[in-house]
Amino acid sequence: MGFKWDFAYEILPQMLLATLNTIIAAGVGYAIALVVGLFFLLGQRTPYKIINVINREIVEFIRSTPLLIQLFFVYFVLPQFGIKLSAWLCGMITIGLHFGTYLSEVYRGALEGVSKTQWEACRALNFSTVYTYRRIVLPQAFPIAIPGMGNYLVGIFKDTPLLSTIGVAELFHAATAVGGYNYRYLEPYTMVGVIFLILSVPAAMWVRKLERRVNVAQGKIKQ
Amino acid sequence: MSYFAFLAEHGTTLLLGTVTTVKVLVCSIILYVIISMIFGLMRLSKNPIVQGTATVYIEFFRGTSLLVQLFWAYYVLPFFGISLEAFTAGVAALGLNFGAYGAEIVRGGILAVPKGQWEAAHALNFSPAKRIKRIIIPQIFPIILPPAANLTVELLKATALVALVTVVDLTFEAKQINSITWLSAQCFGTALLIYYFMARFALVPFLRWLEVLAAKKVGRGKA
Repeated sequence: MGFKWDFAYEILPQMLLATLNTIIAAGVGYAIALVVGLFFLLGQRTPYKIINVINREIVEFIRSTPLLIQLFFVYFVLPQFGIKLSAWLCGMITIGLHFGTYLSEVYRGALEGVSKTQWEACRALNFSTVYTYRRIVLPQAFPIAIPGMGNYLVGIFKDTPLLSTIGVAELFHAATAVGGYNYRYLEPYTMVGVIFLILSVPAAMWVRKLERRVNVAQGKIKQ
Repeated sequence: MSYFAFLAEHGTTLLLGTVTTVKVLVCSIILYVIISMIFGLMRLSKNPIVQGTATVYIEFFRGTSLLVQLFWAYYVLPFFGISLEAFTAGVAALGLNFGAYGAEIVRGGILAVPKGQWEAAHALNFSPAKRIKRIIIPQIFPIILPPAANLTVELLKATALVALVTVVDLTFEAKQINSITWLSAQCFGTALLIYYFMARFALVPFLRWLEVLAAKKVGRGKA
C-alpha cells in the first residue's frame, strides 16, 4: 500500500482549511503568552520578596509540568467549579500561561542584556525610571529579545497539535478525523508533517538570521 | 470522596504509571544522547554528503511537531509493514526528535572549545584519538551540560505525549481514572504534582550534580 495521491488531493482543501485554524490558534496563544510573560516579569521584578518567591514557584511549576496535562486540567477541572469554557478558550489560556513563563525568561534575559552602565548614566542624568525604561533601556532590550520571542512563536506553533486532544478543530484534529472516516492514516498524517515543515522551517531559519543579526549588532560575533 | 480516599484507591495505579514514565524517560534519554553525539559530529564533517544528511535530519525533526512524528511512527509505519509496539514507537519518536535538538547543542559545544586547544594538542604530538579523548571531550561537557539539562527536562515533559499512542504511562492512567471516576481535579492534579516532583527534586538535582562534576574535571568548579 503506497501513498495515494488522488486521496491526498481530495482531502487537501480540508487540510488547508484546518491549517488556517492552526495558525489562528498559534497566533492567539502567542499573543496571550506575550502578555502573560509581562505579568510574570513584573512579579519577578517587584521589590516585594514574597511576591518574587511566589512568582518564581508558580513559574517553576508551570515550566516543569507537561503542557498536555495542563490542558486536561484546565479543560476538565474548571467546569467542576462552574466555569464552562469552550475547548478553544481552554487551549488558548493554557498555551498562553505555559509559554508566558518561558517568555518572561526571555524578557528577563533581554533586560539583563542591557549594560548596567546605561542605568547608571540615566541615574546621573537624573532621568525618571519611566523615562529610563521608555527611551533608554527598552529600545536596547527589545532587539535582544526578538530571537527568543521568535523561537517561542515557532515552539507554540509546533505544540498546537496537542490542542486536538481536547477537541480543538485544528490541523492535527482534522487529519485524525479524515483518517478515521476513510480508514487511511498514511496520507493525512504525512500531509500534516509536510505542512508543518513548510511553515516552520522557513520561520526557524528567519529567526536564526535575526539572532545572528542581533549578535553582530551586540558585537558578540564578527560579521 | 476525600483526597486521601482517592489516593488510597488510585495511588497504586498512578505509581505504576509513573514507573512506565520513568522507563520511557530513561530509554529515550539514552537514545537521544547517542543520536545527538552522532549527528552533532556529522554536522561538523567536511564531507558534504555526511554533513547534508545530518542537516536534513535535524531540520526535519525540528521542523515537524513531536506529536505528528509520534502518530506517524505508531499509526503510519504499519502501512509500510513496520509495526512497532507502542512503547518502542514512543521511545523512538522521542529519541529521534530530541536527538535533533541535542545534535545542535553538541555541535555548538565542540565549536566552543578554543582553537588553541586543538593546536596545542597537535603541537604536543598527541594522536588524534588521544586529542579528542583527553583534551577536547573533557572541555565539551561543561559547555553542553547546562543546555542539555534544559533539554532533558523538556524531554521529561514530552514523555506525557506517549500516552496518546496508548503507552500506559502516568498521563494515560490519569486520563483513565478521570474517565472512570470523573474526579478531574484529583487525578490530573496528582499527575501534575508527580511530574513536578520528578523534575524538580530528582531530575534537575541529578543534572546539576553532573554539571558540577564536569566543571570540576577541568578544574573550573569549586574544589
